[in-house]
Amino acid sequence: MEYAHIECLGGKIARPVSRSDTSTKYFECRRDFRLNVPGRFVCMFLFSNVYPYLYYQVLNFGMIVSSALMIWKGLMVVTGSESPIVVVLSGSMEPAFHRGDLLFLTNRVEDPIRVGEIVVFRIEGREIPIVHRVLKIHEKENGDIKFLTKGDNNAVDDRGLYKQGQHWLEKKDVVGRARGFVPYIGIVTILMNDYPKFKYAVLFLLGLFVLVHRE
Amino acid sequence: MVKSCEDGGHVWKGIAYRLTSSCSTLIWMSVSSRKNVDDFTGPRERSDLGFITFDLSADLKPIFDWNVKQLFLYLSAEYATKSNALNQVVLWDKIVLRGESTKLNLRDMKSKYFFFDDGNGLRANKNITLTLSWNVVPNAGILPLVMGAGRMSVPFPESYETTKSY
Repeated sequence: MEYAHIECLGGKIARPVSRSDTSTKYFECRRDFRLNVPGRFVCMFLFSNVYPYLYYQVLNFGMIVSSALMIWKGLMVVTGSESPIVVVLSGSMEPAFHRGDLLFLTNRVEDPIRVGEIVVFRIEGREIPIVHRVLKIHEKENGDIKFLTKGDNNAVDDRGLYKQGQHWLEKKDVVGRARGFVPYIGIVTILMNDYPKFKYAVLFLLGLFVLVHRE
Repeated sequence: MVKSCEDGGHVWKGIAYRLTSSCSTLIWMSVSSRKNVDDFTGPRERSDLGFITFDLSADLKPIFDWNVKQLFLYLSAEYATKSNALNQVVLWDKIVLRGESTKLNLRDMKSKYFFFDDGNGLRANKNITLTLSWNVVPNAGILPLVMGAGRMSVPFPESYETTKSY
């Protein structure tokens, strides 16, 4: 049986499609896309109705990660400290701070170091920052300052902790001054450090949550 | 041997506290030879060591509110010397927890920490300012450092005390 060609928009000929209903003949028009790579991504974004869900989740995850990074970097700039939030790791400042408390730091140059302040400092050659209180300062006219620290819960000052031959701390050793604090929350970081399995479990659960969470 | 005894007391607004310093004496010693100074690996030069005894009475109740976990009180001495424009030394500190007695009545207190100068700037120093300050540790939130409203100025004598007993 002859039949007339059915034209699609754009000039192509419609292709016959077989269906179970034999009394009617079906034709279909298909548009072949052959876009370049960027075009394909744009197309996927604009017209795709096959992968939107997975794509959104990946995009979501990427946005969460970059937002977190932006907030952290922003905090670093605003506070002037390379480590604006630290977790208290030892009990040397009890009963004020316990292991696991979170401290918020600033390290602005205009803030002079004065006794009684809680400073977070690093000893040269050591990674772990220490949170103690300033006990003594000697400041020269030009602003050069040397100071001594002591933990509230320690019987003696920190000279024993400093580097061999080092008697004082200087501004360059300071990571920041503690301005605010929240109890307990940092215990998660300590747990993750001490028990790697816990860390993997947390990361796994986070990943799962992001992927499964429906907007 | 010259001893200089100051007797003064003031009441300041807000937190009323009385600070009297009596009989500040000055001792001259070589740091490296002192054995009972624990963990003090200070520089080998001779430095001035000052002794101050004080009386302190204070009522801390107004500072405590619902968000105050503890107070860290400290008495600091501030002075200037030829070699350093600003020196601050904590002489004594105390932690006052929430729930503890907020009235302090201390007599004849000796300084908790050695009052070493970085050099020899204490001798004949006319103006050592003693201030009571405190660090408020909240249950959660900002950690303010407050300086007490009143100060006391103490001079150190011109010559050193040569006795060895403390």
